[in-house]
Amino acid sequence: MPLVLIILLPLTGACLPALLQGRSSRLLASVAALPALFCLLLLLSWLPHVMGGGEAVVQRLAWLPSLGLDVAFRLDGLGLLFALLITGIGCLILLYARYYFAGSDTSARFFTLILLFMAAMLSIVLSENLLFMLVFWELTSLVSFLLIGYHSHDHAARLGARMSLVITGGGGLALFGGVVLLGQAAGSYELTKVLEAGDRIRAHEHYGLMLNLILLGAFTKSAQFPFHLWLPHAMTAPTPVSAYLHSATMVKAGLFLVARLHPALGDTSLWFHLITLTGMVTLMLGAFVAMFMHDMKGLLAYSTVSHLGLIMLLLGLGTPMALAAALFHLLCHALFKAPLFMMAGYVDRATGTRDMRRINGMWRFMPALMVLSGISAAAMAGLPLMSGYLSKKMLFGESLQVTAPDWAVVVIPLWVTLAGLFSVAYSIRIFHNVFFNGRPVDLPVWPPVSPRAAALSPIALLAFATLLVGLAPEAFYAGLVHPAFAAARQAMVTPFDFATLGGRLPMLMSLFALAGGALFYHFRDPLFRLHARLPEVDAKEIFDWLMRRTIALSQQRVFQLENGSLQRYLTFIMATLVVLVGLELGGVTHWDGGVALAPLDPLTLLAAVLLCLAAIGVVAFHHYRLPALLLLGVTGLFVTVTFARFSAPDLALTQLMVEVMAVVIMMLALSFLPQTSPRGSSGFRMGRDLAIAGLMGIGVAAFSYAILTRPQQTISDFFLVNSVPGGGGSNVVNVILVDFRGFDTLGEITVLGIAAVAVFAFTRDLHLKERVVETNPMHWVAEPHPIMLSTVARLVLPIALLVSAYIFLRGHNLPGGGFIAGLITAVALTLQYMAGGLVWAQARMLTAFRPLIGAGVLIATFTGLGSWLFGFPFLTSAHGHFHLPLVGEFELATAMLFDLGVYATVVGATLLILANLGKLMTVAGPGKEIG
Amino acid sequence: MELLYAITLGVLTTCGVYLLLRARTFTVILGLTLLSHAVNLYLFASGRLVAGAPAIVGLTEHSADPLPQALVLTAIVIGFAMTAFVVVLALKAAVELRNDHVDGENPDEDRA
Repeated sequence: MPLVLIILLPLTGACLPALLQGRSSRLLASVAALPALFCLLLLLSWLPHVMGGGEAVVQRLAWLPSLGLDVAFRLDGLGLLFALLITGIGCLILLYARYYFAGSDTSARFFTLILLFMAAMLSIVLSENLLFMLVFWELTSLVSFLLIGYHSHDHAARLGARMSLVITGGGGLALFGGVVLLGQAAGSYELTKVLEAGDRIRAHEHYGLMLNLILLGAFTKSAQFPFHLWLPHAMTAPTPVSAYLHSATMVKAGLFLVARLHPALGDTSLWFHLITLTGMVTLMLGAFVAMFMHDMKGLLAYSTVSHLGLIMLLLGLGTPMALAAALFHLLCHALFKAPLFMMAGYVDRATGTRDMRRINGMWRFMPALMVLSGISAAAMAGLPLMSGYLSKKMLFGESLQVTAPDWAVVVIPLWVTLAGLFSVAYSIRIFHNVFFNGRPVDLPVWPPVSPRAAALSPIALLAFATLLVGLAPEAFYAGLVHPAFAAARQAMVTPFDFATLGGRLPMLMSLFALAGGALFYHFRDPLFRLHARLPEVDAKEIFDWLMRRTIALSQQRVFQLENGSLQRYLTFIMATLVVLVGLELGGVTHWDGGVALAPLDPLTLLAAVLLCLAAIGVVAFHHYRLPALLLLGVTGLFVTVTFARFSAPDLALTQLMVEVMAVVIMMLALSFLPQTSPRGSSGFRMGRDLAIAGLMGIGVAAFSYAILTRPQQTISDFFLVNSVPGGGGSNVVNVILVDFRGFDTLGEITVLGIAAVAVFAFTRDLHLKERVVETNPMHWVAEPHPIMLSTVARLVLPIALLVSAYIFLRGHNLPGGGFIAGLITAVALTLQYMAGGLVWAQARMLTAFRPLIGAGVLIATFTGLGSWLFGFPFLTSAHGHFHLPLVGEFELATAMLFDLGVYATVVGATLLILANLGKLMTVAGPGKEIG
Repeated sequence: MELLYAITLGVLTTCGVYLLLRARTFTVILGLTLLSHAVNLYLFASGRLVAGAPAIVGLTEHSADPLPQALVLTAIVIGFAMTAFVVVLALKAAVELRNDHVDGENPDEDRA
């Protein structure tokens, strides 16, 4: 039977309560219990296999095999123990929630989240793939966050939720790093392979880092010191959540992880020290603080922290049976702590408070609850015959087995005995304070009403289980704990011998802890007074301070980098570029690639010198904008010459046209802008910028020299060979544009169209006319439309259009094509605008530029789509020779139609930009839309 | 020839980057144009410098590399559209913010 079903059941089941929003908790609980119960039954069906010492079952579905990521499940003793705990306690929690939420109509969210959590938690314990497990590890943190903040109107609940998310989420990140390292070291993320690779992993150079990161994940999740503080603050969650997530299951995920990875990472000195010491501190701190908590749930939370520390300590101890003791105690703890939380929830409901100084003498009101809680509290205290008694003696026994290091031999037994003493004291306290200790004081709800008998059933079931474990530990151990122990060890292990448990020393330690705890509780009043006078160290304050500092620091960094200054950003980007590329280029030894240099002729030298001088002139005169702009035009012209000089007639033509248009546009813009730039930069700044710019220039020069002197390896031979047979044209540049790389061109004309439309949108509501007068009282020319220019322009137009048509038609075979023809047409029409003025030109010209752009892009697209009709891929071109009388033999290619689209887009875009910029000059201003 | 070409590229880049780091929108546009010249010429150079042999089939035996030329051709046109867009952006900023500083404020001093 597929294991994935075990996870899918609660996962899909989680949708059911969500669909039944607003219904009674009774219905919701029944609906939610269905998948949970079914899940439990499925798991129980595996029990015989696992108890019989069967092999671990691994089932997988391929997900992202290239990343080593499979949806793979693994069921062995350890996984089954946890899975049973999760579903078993989960079912009882659902039953409990049915009564806890009675009368509330907003509990659908709770049931959905609980089932979601159940699915995530089951995925953690049943995952074969570590990466897959991580996903659900994070999901449990998220669900926990949502459940702690369940009462989202409560400020404390939100804070508690956030704190838990920061700590467990942060730990999850660390765990992610650790697991990746682990996977790298083991060569696989599959648990089976990782567990076999233990020796290799322990010898790995990053073992220390890996272990630290993984333990960080486990410690944060399992609330180990100093990350324990989220757990008490998580008590703002509804009590079913506290009982389930924050005592019985989720907080044990860290313990599970440590137990699971024990064969891969365990039994080194680092492992022992990290885990044992953390466990010891957590154990003692939790037990001590719990004693002095007045809040019922607070006491239980700190006692949970203490027990988690205890189990962690056992996991790190490394004595032969410590792992068995840890797992045994883990199960006992879940069985006695969950009912205590449930009790606290009922008492809270009945009295309206959780303060144990006020809740006293409940035995009068809820005797049945008292008896049941008594069993659980006794187990927690470790009274003889109770489950806790056994697990505590196992702990004491194991602590005495420690042989190294020297300090541990003495310290650990004393330490655990002392912690045991505290745990006895707080166990007595929660029971005695709630149910006895005089009469209730000033309760908000009066009189307290005992929960119905049926409502006590989940507590009764758990108390019964606790008694069973206490009475028949061997059966319980053999059935559940031993297979888990064997699976965690990944070896054949001898079962724990309960007969030898009654050793003299562990017995004495137990008795000492019991007596000491009782005494401690007896003298509690002076101790409470003493404790109240101790300076209060609130970990929450420290946490908040840390959070504030972190946020403030990162904000400071952000503001330093991101202060809204373009100059700063550009300087950073350029400087980074210089440094990074410079470091990389530093290793180049042969700048000269060895290809012989072409001879230099004087004319080229002259052109190059002029180009450089013009560029330097732009910089030198950049404060005077008009001269700078004219010099920029000069550089553009020499770039054109360069293209022409080195066999690129198409480029030269394009550059020439673009240069004309660009200078016209900038000139237009300049008439609205200040005519000079102020000299604002300090000398240091100019020097710094010059250094950056100079270094970039040197880099580019060196780099291009290195390229130019190296032999060329090009893929262009393909284009040269296939241009005529494949594309039907001999101008290879044009054939590449409209055929081989037609898709690129389609994208590019689309960008062109978008840019033009953006310009249109920007100039739409721009009011510049007043500004021109304001900044530029003196206009450049007295006569805006000189008669000579207008006459010549009108004469030139038909010729220019003819040239443009010619250039377009021949483009497939000789220099030319849609881009160039489009630009020539645009320049010719621009000349009309300049000569006659906008209004004059408007009246005589078709100005639907935006439809023209759209038509151009559509023509190009549909030409491409046309090839689909014939069953060819997008943009396949067809061409053929045709014969017409009079005209003779000629050639047609669909690429020409595509080129027509390019032509239309270029004309439309260029004129749309120009006309709209020109429009700003007119008195009519933005009133009338052009294009 | 190659050395000269490389030096010219270097000069164009230096001028372009320096102007790009100035504080006024118009100057930045000038710099951008110079820099795009440099980039286009650089890309073009990856096809090496070949004289008198346009990439037209049947014209000469060895022709220039057509691929960089095709790439640069579209780059020139798109560069033009982008320049136009930046020009309008600069105009818009100058009108709305009443100054032509690249950051839209502190017209009298550089910010760093």
